[in-house]
Amino acid sequence: MKLMRLTGLMRKEAYEIVRDPSSIAIAFVMPLVLLLIFGYGVSLDARRITVAEVVAHPTQVTASFLAEMERSSWFRPTLYLDEAAAQQAVMRGDADAILWLRSDFTRLSYSQGSAPIHLTVNGVDANQARLIENYVTGTWLLWQQQEATRKGARLVTPVIADTRVWFNPALRSRDYLIPGLIALIMTLIGALLTALVVAREWERGTMEGIMVTPVSRTEILLGKLIPYFVMGMGGMAMSTAMAVHLFDVPLRGSLAVLLAAGALFLLTALGMGLVISVLARSQFVAAMVAIITTFLPAFILSGFLFDIRSMPSIIQVLTHIVAARYFVAILQSSFLAGDIWPVILPNVLGLTVLCIFFLSIALLRFRKRLD
Amino acid sequence: MNAIVVDHLSKSFGKGAERRDALKGISLQLAAGSMTAIIGPDGAGKTTLLRLLAGILTPLAGDIRVLDHAIPQEALALQNQIGYMPQRFGLYEDLTVEENLDLFASLHSIPGTMREDRFDELLTMTALGPFRKRLAGKLSGGMKQKLGLACTLIHSPQLLLLDEASVGVDPISRRELWSIIQQQVASRNVTVLLSTAYMNEAERCDHVVLLQEGEILAQGNPAQLAAPLQGHAFVLGDISTAPRSLQASVSQLPDVIDTVIQGDGLRIVMDKPEPPVLPEKLAGYGTPKPVPTRLEDAFVSLLFHRVGRHSITHRLPRDTPGDDAPVVVVKDLYRYFGQFAAAKNVSFSVHKGEIFGLLGANGAGKSTTFRMLCGLLPSSSGTLRVAGVDLRTATAEARAHIGYVSQKFALYGPLSVQQNLSFFASAYGLEGRRRNDRIAWALDEMELKQYSGMNAGSLPLGYKQRLALACALMHEPEILFLDEPTSGVDPLARREFWARVNALAGDGTTCLVTTHFMEEAEYCDHLVLMSLGEILAQGTPTEIKARVRRPELPNPSMEDAFISLIEEHEEVSRRAS
Repeated sequence: MKLMRLTGLMRKEAYEIVRDPSSIAIAFVMPLVLLLIFGYGVSLDARRITVAEVVAHPTQVTASFLAEMERSSWFRPTLYLDEAAAQQAVMRGDADAILWLRSDFTRLSYSQGSAPIHLTVNGVDANQARLIENYVTGTWLLWQQQEATRKGARLVTPVIADTRVWFNPALRSRDYLIPGLIALIMTLIGALLTALVVAREWERGTMEGIMVTPVSRTEILLGKLIPYFVMGMGGMAMSTAMAVHLFDVPLRGSLAVLLAAGALFLLTALGMGLVISVLARSQFVAAMVAIITTFLPAFILSGFLFDIRSMPSIIQVLTHIVAARYFVAILQSSFLAGDIWPVILPNVLGLTVLCIFFLSIALLRFRKRLD
Repeated sequence: MNAIVVDHLSKSFGKGAERRDALKGISLQLAAGSMTAIIGPDGAGKTTLLRLLAGILTPLAGDIRVLDHAIPQEALALQNQIGYMPQRFGLYEDLTVEENLDLFASLHSIPGTMREDRFDELLTMTALGPFRKRLAGKLSGGMKQKLGLACTLIHSPQLLLLDEASVGVDPISRRELWSIIQQQVASRNVTVLLSTAYMNEAERCDHVVLLQEGEILAQGNPAQLAAPLQGHAFVLGDISTAPRSLQASVSQLPDVIDTVIQGDGLRIVMDKPEPPVLPEKLAGYGTPKPVPTRLEDAFVSLLFHRVGRHSITHRLPRDTPGDDAPVVVVKDLYRYFGQFAAAKNVSFSVHKGEIFGLLGANGAGKSTTFRMLCGLLPSSSGTLRVAGVDLRTATAEARAHIGYVSQKFALYGPLSVQQNLSFFASAYGLEGRRRNDRIAWALDEMELKQYSGMNAGSLPLGYKQRLALACALMHEPEILFLDEPTSGVDPLARREFWARVNALAGDGTTCLVTTHFMEEAEYCDHLVLMSLGEILAQGTPTEIKARVRRPELPNPSMEDAFISLIEEHEEVSRRAS
């Protein structure tokens, strides 16, 4: 290996990155767009649920309960005259749920046992429907408790749940989505971009020109790996800075652990990108293969968006070959909980195995040959 | 001493039924310091051979020794001593001229202190000095190719392998490329092995290898190869009045192998060393005079004997009444891509039944002009009328009158010949009897019957070209556009193609052709020469050549004409600025 050849290749790569708008778009613009979408747009919390309220027999008691609903940050209630009008509102999509306080509400609300409220929920989004149901029940219990305290009576309920939320007390989905997003962005740079730029060299015929020079295959691979490693770490620094400063995601673990795990994951992603580029010699195929084998699994099977434990067991087994899965676990621990070594170490081990696997496949399969 | 020794070398691609033999046990020895050309039809194995020698393909069987290295085992050691220029030399288009040179200097471990002198030398040699800081992607085709050669020469290699280095390059750049290569041979005793589609380039080499379907058909020095045909070549006087019908008549005479329109005469190659016996009606053209043979004669004759055919018969043109109204009118046509003018002030007109040629190098604006004529690209300004229809207002109507064969032959590879034909028949809205008639006509006229069940993708290039032509002719268009139909095609297929175009024109179809082969201009009735988006000259081939006739150049070729017209044009634009 000769340093002059390697620096020559790296300098060439740097010029190409700087002058080619498409690699800048993939490495910086796309991550920025993803961060902004997930930071501001996508939220898995149900907030400001529109509720159509129908009161059969208005009294002071119903007014008190409705005031409680109004106070809650979860709901945005609107009063309707009868149930038919409320149903219309749900069908139009103006309301997500109907809360019907029947004529016996006042009487029943002071007695124990059955609750006198009738809730109809739009179940198209099952997740949201379940959340609405829980929130309304919670509000109902809270109101009953307050009423009881006001009257000096003791509310007789068998169990009162006293809930505490750890690691993400504000229950902001943003706080766990954004750390996971970092894994996605680094997959984008490490695997997709790298596979694309190598395929581009095949397509433009530059690879053939390079191959007949005395350059070794290790030099060719390192000449790709190092520049895109630097770029990927840049992408990670940008995402982390945005997460902490723009979206106020806490960073409870140490930055050093985060960066070290990031470097390890990036090497794995680069390994995958190089393996793809050995197999795919056109940019179209390389992009397809990279998206299907690296980007989509990182999105769906990494636990970033969907909890791995609630997947069918066969899929759960499958997630073990998705490098992003290990990194997402480390990221969520680092950001939300701190350096929890029992979480970090097994995941680092998983990443190391995949990293060595992909890099050695790339090195073994890459030949200075056209056939 | 031999620079290259190849012994029973074989190479194949693909597996099972898809397997294709690219080289079938060839043996070759090339002396150090010699210059060798590989010629042969498309798909003969030229590129495969060069890649094997450069050590970037693994042979199936056989031994290769290049500069005393066993290949591919010692490829890495060899690669410091050779320069290999692939067909499309991959320059990094986002890097400047200097940065490209710098990259290759680094890859060959040339120390920084030596680079500056070497760069200066190469940039002077290639005349690229003024463009040092320009991005390689912004260079013209000829300049890119020269830069590619400079990158290949950066480490002063002992052996140069050049794969069609001059294809698609304008004649001036081609001449410059050749002088650089010859300078390397003369001053540094470099061994050169090159593949080429130009017979006049092969003729300049010490040794020529004719490759056909992975086998060496013949090799030797050009004079040696042409020797067996000495006395077989003749030229028939002044034929400027009706060259194509004369060619058709002569090609049907017994023992005629090849007929080529050349300048104002018809060049004839015979199977025997005897002049052709002209029938009485051709007596007016005088008697055929013997001329020296050339490499191309040998090439054509060898290939004909190989494929078991005798010659290409040119069909006699049917006499069509002259129609004075032009069928294509282009006036003050401009096309801009951003700031860049791909076509500037282009004006010409084409008459019915004419073969009209657009000549120029890559990037001269031929294809842009063509696409505007076919209604595929709107013009920035100017008048465009095709078959009496204004293309600015009625593109769809005009398309019914035209057929278009694109550079890459737009065929459906996975469909059979028959299926491609019926698809294009449907696409042009042919139904019932007419549809069946046209498909039968195509299979018959283009001699595609034996291939009708084969997938278009696996057809030999010459047959692909015929199929593409048949598809474009499905709806019997009045005007046929052919965009570089002969690039990458060997002399034989090229002759066949032109025979077909001549027949079409004879039947009254107007044919517009673009090409960068200057000698093909001779087949055209009328042509325009383009460079950098502008028309340099237009007229009949004879008129254009007459423009550059001088005492020191009494019988200029089309290439001479092109070069002096471009130089003249550059002189004018320099004086203007």
